[in-house]
Amino acid sequence: MIVVENLHKHFGGFHAVDGASLEIRKGSITGLIGPNGAGKTTLFNVIAGRYQPTSGRVLMAGEDITGLPPHELFGKGLLRTFQIAHEFGSMTVRENLMMVPALQSGERLWNAWFRRGAVAAEEARIRDKADEVLEFLTISHLADQKASQISGGQKKLLELGRTMMVDAKIVFLDEVGAGVNRTLLNTIGDAIVRLNQERGYTFCVIEHDMDFIARLCDPVIVMAEGKVLAQGTVDEVKNDERVIEAYLGTGLKNKVKEEAAHG
Amino acid sequence: MDILNALVAFLNFVFIPGLAYGSQLALGALGVTLIYGILRFSNFAHGDTMAFGTMVTILVTWWFQSMGIGFGPLPTALLALPFGIAATAALLLLTDRAVYRFYRKQKAAPTILVIVSLGVMFVMNGIVRLIIGVEDQNFADGARFLITAGDFKTMTGLTEGLAIKTTQAVTVVTAGLTVAFLFWFLQKTRTGKSMRAFSDNEDLALLSGINPDRVVQVTWILAAAMATIAGVLYGLDKSFKPFTYFQLLLPIFAAAIVGGLGSPLGAIAGGFVIAFSEVMVTYAWKKVATYLLPDSMAPDGLLQLMSTDYKFAVSFSILILVLIFMPTGLFKGKSV
Repeated sequence: MIVVENLHKHFGGFHAVDGASLEIRKGSITGLIGPNGAGKTTLFNVIAGRYQPTSGRVLMAGEDITGLPPHELFGKGLLRTFQIAHEFGSMTVRENLMMVPALQSGERLWNAWFRRGAVAAEEARIRDKADEVLEFLTISHLADQKASQISGGQKKLLELGRTMMVDAKIVFLDEVGAGVNRTLLNTIGDAIVRLNQERGYTFCVIEHDMDFIARLCDPVIVMAEGKVLAQGTVDEVKNDERVIEAYLGTGLKNKVKEEAAHG
Repeated sequence: MDILNALVAFLNFVFIPGLAYGSQLALGALGVTLIYGILRFSNFAHGDTMAFGTMVTILVTWWFQSMGIGFGPLPTALLALPFGIAATAALLLLTDRAVYRFYRKQKAAPTILVIVSLGVMFVMNGIVRLIIGVEDQNFADGARFLITAGDFKTMTGLTEGLAIKTTQAVTVVTAGLTVAFLFWFLQKTRTGKSMRAFSDNEDLALLSGINPDRVVQVTWILAAAMATIAGVLYGLDKSFKPFTYFQLLLPIFAAAIVGGLGSPLGAIAGGFVIAFSEVMVTYAWKKVATYLLPDSMAPDGLLQLMSTDYKFAVSFSILILVLIFMPTGLFKGKSV
């Protein structure tokens, strides 16, 4: 689905992504883990068109999409969410969802003035869809609230909901679980699995909660210092020496090993 | 004591001029606030954009007049207005293409864009003066008064007259219609919602598939319309002089900031706050006071707080007070 080839992103002398190559298989829920500062979010930002890469390529279904602007990637079915949930604060939750489907006929000035009927019919359809999505996410009761007033976890659900307003092909989720309580996290997890199975979305998930990763993701890609360190199932990755070292540092790793040997 | 006459004097010299001036400022401030909210910089060229739009409208008005086309009792300039808007929109889109887009692609800081707009301002300034000159131009025609002071006096029998100039009535009505249209547009149409979304959260808007180029274009077109309408109304009400339009930048920015930059509702409120303060501070209250107070207490002086030469000081003072005590303005715009 997505192939990243030898991607570099440098900020001045700092190499946030330093020659990362990876593949996200179609239909998978791929986990992307790694210590803080490993370059996960930067990688997302480059793939999703927010930053231009310094060098390297990104392919989607064989097509070169390197450096395309976000709204064009959206047209190709590539969507993302943010680590800190973004929302249109001055609009209601339902309006937030209704913003999503691009190229609505009402967007053309001509139609907005002279084809009110067609535009209204389309809006009604999108409105129904938004309500459906809210139902799916179990937040129907929030539909008419200002998006700036709902809780952080609910904003995360709203972000997920935005991806459901169109037929996404691949969705990049940046720490959907950050600051979300267990119950809500399970709701989010269920929603991801259902979207993956019922609608065939491919997901790439950054997450620090290993239980969450273990429950959903196969395979898991580990990044450290801007490079891809390891790839495999959760268990394979967990026992990989290099991964433990990246997370804990050499000293701590040896200490853990010693304790394991003694204990 | 004569409350009725005092009230009429107040309406005639303070309220109606303030209302008309406030409408003009509000329209100007709407353009500024729109650009600030969506393109994220203070557009110093807005005053001269108004001058350009007005200039085109005046030229077309003169052409209409020479052809013998009129608009009955209404000013011919209203007929020429669409041409002025179209020309200004074309100019702004061209400027955006040639200048602003380059900086946008570079993700230049807002301060850089402000300075860029300053440069654009000087260029527009030059264009307008080259074409129409620096002199005062009077282009109001049609009926001069809706109600003259004399008619009002015979109608009501009061000693004080109330005159409503056609241009004042036209200003208030046109401004009302324009604002209603703008709010309908922003609240109800998909393009308007895209613009609000873009103003709320640019990153998210892009990721929702909103085409930024289209949002930017529509913003410039709306700004051109607001600027031209504001400029023409001001010119009809007073007169057109390029330098005056350049000076208008101050009360317009004061209005936008007082209301809260980025907030359309705030721009309107701010426009009226600034306009009424200016008019009230520079008006000589002697007449009103004479009607209200008993003869023995009648004032000797003019009861004018400041001479009209200082009217810009009023917007400046309000601007400073607001920035100190309410940095985000009355309607919680983006912090300045």
